[in-house]
Amino acid sequence: MSGGEVKKIMFTVRKAPHGSIYVYEGLEVKLIMAAYDADISVVFMDDGVFALKEGQNTKELGIKGFAATYGAMVDYEISKIYVDRQSMEERGMSEDDLLVIGEDEDTEEPIKPQVVDAAEIAAMMAEQHNILVF
Amino acid sequence: MLHTVNKSPFLNGTLESCLRFVSEGDCVLLMEDGVYAAVADTARSALVEEALGKVSVYALSADLKARGLDNLIEGVKVTDYNGFVELVEQHKTHSWL
Repeated sequence: MSGGEVKKIMFTVRKAPHGSIYVYEGLEVKLIMAAYDADISVVFMDDGVFALKEGQNTKELGIKGFAATYGAMVDYEISKIYVDRQSMEERGMSEDDLLVIGEDEDTEEPIKPQVVDAAEIAAMMAEQHNILVF
Repeated sequence: MLHTVNKSPFLNGTLESCLRFVSEGDCVLLMEDGVYAAVADTARSALVEEALGKVSVYALSADLKARGLDNLIEGVKVTDYNGFVELVEQHKTHSWL
């Protein structure tokens, strides 16, 4: 990417993970974008929060699961991962249900997505150069 | 910010979700089946009526006409494709697909 200013790019994920290809395609795009010098954040809202549910196993669907890749997001240097609190709670999920997305380099403590409120997400949206929707 | 909504408010919660994430002064453009949310005196009219205190709400005229909709909530602005382009030029956009 040219120009001095680092672009702020947000991905919003609103669909459930296995009923369509959106969430998987979105993940691919995130990993590609992570190779560029961009300030990436990812927000899971509405049914998108299901993509972060721990314990997903797609073996019997006969498809390769991608939750493990989400679980390695921090390795791809995407660490700004947020979950909308209300979407999560409406779907009977709590912070305990979220998969681990990496571990702290120093302490080796597991890193989980950050649970935030709609107002915080709205404020982050306003700061972005671009928002991509999956 | 410009938020576009293209889903009927009677079928799913996309408009409601969108309205949880808008900031004061944002614009919401209703298009395709999203324009059903702009109609007055329906079971979902309150969504747009309440949002109008915080955001500007637009409805795309071609989609309104195609659906025979003219009894709109007061305060909803009708715009055409040129207006749509202007809104996109003026704002960052989030499409609530």
